Amino acid sequence: MARIELNEVAHSYLRKPKNDLDYALKRIHNVWDDGAACALLGPSGCGKTTLLNIVSGLLTPSRGRVLYDGKVVTELPPEKRNIAQVFQFPVLYDTMSVFNNLAFPLRNRGLSEIKIKERVLEVAEILDLTPFLNKRAEGLAADAKQKISLGRGLVRSDVAAILFDEPLTVIDPQMKWYLRRKLKEIHEELKLTFIYVTHDQVEALTFADQVAVMFEGEIVQIGSPQDLFENPEHKFVGYFIGSPGMNFLECTIEGNEARVDGAGIVLDEETAAKGRKAGGKLELGIRPMYLEVHEGSGDGMVKARVKGVEDLGSYRIMALTLAGQTLKARLSEDQPVSGDEVWLAFPPQWIRLFADGRLIR
Amino acid sequence: MSLALENITKKVGRETHLYDISLEFETGSRNVLLGRTLAGKTSLLRLMAGLDRPTTGRVLVNGEDVTGKSVRKRSVAMVYQQFINYPSLTVYKNIASPLKIAGVKRGEIDRRVRGTAEMLHIEDMLDRLPTELSGGQQQRVAIARALIGEADLLLLDEPLVNLDYKLREELRVELHDIFEERKAIVVYTTTEPTEALMLGGNIFVMDEGRILQTGSTPEVYHNPATTKVAEVFSDPPINFLRGTIQEGSIRMGRNIEMPLEDYMKPLSDGDYGFGVRSNHLFLSRNDREDAEIPARVELAEINGSETFIHAYYEGFRLVVQENGVRTVRTGAEITIYVSPCCFFVYDEAGALVASPSREALQSGLT
Repeated sequence: MARIELNEVAHSYLRKPKNDLDYALKRIHNVWDDGAACALLGPSGCGKTTLLNIVSGLLTPSRGRVLYDGKVVTELPPEKRNIAQVFQFPVLYDTMSVFNNLAFPLRNRGLSEIKIKERVLEVAEILDLTPFLNKRAEGLAADAKQKISLGRGLVRSDVAAILFDEPLTVIDPQMKWYLRRKLKEIHEELKLTFIYVTHDQVEALTFADQVAVMFEGEIVQIGSPQDLFENPEHKFVGYFIGSPGMNFLECTIEGNEARVDGAGIVLDEETAAKGRKAGGKLELGIRPMYLEVHEGSGDGMVKARVKGVEDLGSYRIMALTLAGQTLKARLSEDQPVSGDEVWLAFPPQWIRLFADGRLIR
Repeated sequence: MSLALENITKKVGRETHLYDISLEFETGSRNVLLGRTLAGKTSLLRLMAGLDRPTTGRVLVNGEDVTGKSVRKRSVAMVYQQFINYPSLTVYKNIASPLKIAGVKRGEIDRRVRGTAEMLHIEDMLDRLPTELSGGQQQRVAIARALIGEADLLLLDEPLVNLDYKLREELRVELHDIFEERKAIVVYTTTEPTEALMLGGNIFVMDEGRILQTGSTPEVYHNPATTKVAEVFSDPPINFLRGTIQEGSIRMGRNIEMPLEDYMKPLSDGDYGFGVRSNHLFLSRNDREDAEIPARVELAEINGSETFIHAYYEGFRLVVQENGVRTVRTGAEITIYVSPCCFFVYDEAGALVASPSREALQSGLT
């Protein structure tokens, strides 16, 4: 098991990078504690796979150092780092039995057959693979195959960390719930360092205690799922996390109000004070689930036009126009919807202000 | 146009991929085929396109049998899971290709290519090659090419599955709006309940080569005809409990006793399955009538705005979906509350025998 440290790491795929734009990873300076469950979350092209390859040793970064438990491993290949990897598509020996697939990494290391059997049975039990041990890998469903990939990492009792690269992509939605839960159980039981790369916010947020959100080669925020949801430090985090993402409205601050094209939205004093001091382009952010929709007007409410309503079964999403800008509100399935015009309430405790795309602290 | 499938079966070697399927589609309709991997969605789509021939049965277009007719002679466009474009042609030429083959005049082609590209937000990339684009942009090109010919039948086979989560969310909304304005029959396959709900229209729930249920999407969501449909059409997974109806009340396991709701009253005494979606289970009491389920927490998952609590009650695995962040310890004993009016009731064969009205479901939440 290991504490993994990235020290001023940057990477460019070009031989002679000229400027920032030539870097797939701009500057990563980060520590993952021993036994942590971490996720790297971001859209394609954000650099998350590059970063994972640097952690695993498939790639040597252009700059900076990688340390495992304080020891520099920057130049070491994956096999010398003692890590296990689970990829998007299961990598297995199809014609071997499940048992032999799991035993393979141990046989390679010359363990005695008795020890191997003991360990394989133990891991198979954890992964609910015991009934399949004598079956060939090729006939199994995708989720079972992915469990075997994971099992091949887990059999080595000295493994430093397990790296996952979009491991649930080929799994059906219902099965994802089960596998994700299995991963969490294994993590709680074995306390291994897990690093999980994904573009899927649900996977990242449910799996990890600490999620690093990546955007254009940088980690823009590291935090708990709740942190990222409630206090996105960057507009990108607000947009990327949550479904739909955070609403943003361009505004100016006058006294204790955010003015949005004539409409006034009341802020709490602290937020307003911070807003008055900030420079740059100001925007007000609020999550669709905190935006309240009312049929009649009330204190501090703002009128908006209804553009449309989507029924998503257990809730509905209402699209609204306010001062020429589009907003979304999440309504519970029991809230009545009627009319073209509604009144919006912005609960002050859920309003966040952003200056030039960054949360005002 | 109208499209009908009559008693279609498809066998490949000894395996049956589709069992006796009869369906009709009307012009301008949006249709979602929802099912898990290997349910037969792609097989069915390929038969509609004319890429494959059914083993038995007929495909009718406007009443005319087209079963053996080549895909080239039909008015059909298809978008696949993988991003398929002509690698050596620019984005412009990729999108224009169906019109060029059809011999449309250059001015008309130009107008339509630019219009379609704009609709899909790729108007600034027309001079590039597909490989110079991101995955999301490549799929937009493929969709644009499928839309431009205004084919009568537009088939999309899990078109968003290889895209980022966030891109998927955006494209779903855009596709929904684009389909609304089309005269074509749109058929769209997916494994995801949320995607099906977002697209709306009609739904065809498939499993193991069979169509299990058809209807309007919200209608089927709120009345899943079998336990299998309820499973395929619920994310997170639907919760099932076994229970007995006897003398005007329901008993589930050792501890739960509930009065019969009005909609269950016609049911005769006996054993039933009771299904309830996870958003109708709560950690706190909403109403005096709520039943209590004592459960042991297996795991809590937090996604930032919601908490999913996985728990056990007498061997039944339950998932509670709560708004907000809740900290619940693994192994903790909790009480789950559920309104008796939120249950789908299934007979021993797994067929729906009573389903709550939507109004009842909604009042059960307040």
